[in-house]
Amino acid sequence: MSEQNKTNFHVYWNPYYGGFLLGILIIFTFYITGRGLGATGGIKSGVVTIVDEVAPTHAEDNAYYSKFIHKGESPLNSWLVFETLGILIGAFISGSLNNRIKWRVQHSPKITSRRRLLFALGGGILFGLGSQIARGCTSGAALSGMAVLSTGGFLTMLSIFGSAYLFAYFFRKNWI
Amino acid sequence: MGPLIPNGVIPADWDSIIAILIGLVFGFILEASGFSSSRKLAGVFYGYDFAVLKVFFTAAAVSVIGIYYMDYLGYLDVGQLYVHPTYLKGAIIGGVIMGVGFIAGGFCPGTSLCAVAIGKLDAWIYVAGIIVGVFIFSEFFTFFEPLYAGDFLGNVTLVDSFGWNPYWVIFIFSIIAIIAFVVADIVRKRVKKVFY
Repeated sequence: MSEQNKTNFHVYWNPYYGGFLLGILIIFTFYITGRGLGATGGIKSGVVTIVDEVAPTHAEDNAYYSKFIHKGESPLNSWLVFETLGILIGAFISGSLNNRIKWRVQHSPKITSRRRLLFALGGGILFGLGSQIARGCTSGAALSGMAVLSTGGFLTMLSIFGSAYLFAYFFRKNWI
Repeated sequence: MGPLIPNGVIPADWDSIIAILIGLVFGFILEASGFSSSRKLAGVFYGYDFAVLKVFFTAAAVSVIGIYYMDYLGYLDVGQLYVHPTYLKGAIIGGVIMGVGFIAGGFCPGTSLCAVAIGKLDAWIYVAGIIVGVFIFSEFFTFFEPLYAGDFLGNVTLVDSFGWNPYWVIFIFSIIAIIAFVVADIVRKRVKKVFY
């Protein structure tokens, strides 16, 4: 059994165990900080910082960037940026313990890496855009929203999964 | 009485350190559950792997039960917690766009960060895409603003919106989750296995 674990890199936690621990973490996060988890917030702060460095007047004139720019304080000095750094470290530790660290493009054998990368880019653009329109992604809006029974959180969760199931047929060649 | 930092039980200086620690555990759990693999994540939409459904709904049920139970016992005041605001148009249209992004790219932002950490190049490109998406939204903010700010209902919960009893909502939600897990296992047995 231990030999099998060494050669098979896809031995993951039981999903109910992972889900239970994630639920406990969300309770802990709300108990300590009064708010939930997030993932796109940190990336957004990164974008705001870059635009503010490259074109400060443009960032101040823009009604969206200017919401997140406060004089004398970097947009990177935010809770979600530190949490995002934590995600990268935590995932790296878990990956290291299971020998999963490796540079590679993961894709179905039926498609080329080039096709995989193009769809990844397109998917990322859409997710980035959608997360700003909905003010949060699967973590910030759906998961953390549902934990406090937020109406918007439930709506966003239903919309994400509903639309992914609806469009799954058109992308089937990429996955199955 | 929680939440601890807003009520001054833990000094606000600890905020950033706690953020890193919480993120670290979050990233570890996601990666260990297999969420750094886009092919595992996409399985939920084709019926060959339901890890996303199981992890996501177990986490949602455990967290909502725990938070309301701590409120009931008096350790935590639910009224002080940040409730994700409800903008009707934004929540639905944004969600639909994210759904297409999910099935096209195979990640959501949190899981893509985990995959970035273990060297998946497709995830690096995906995160670059998120950055482009956020940039497009910000640059054309005046165009997207009606969606972003439209139909604001406040920081409402299902209790406020429908007048439902929270304990019944949580109970029924948990029952739905359990039924979904059973159905998922039945579906999985009938779908052709995909090895990845």
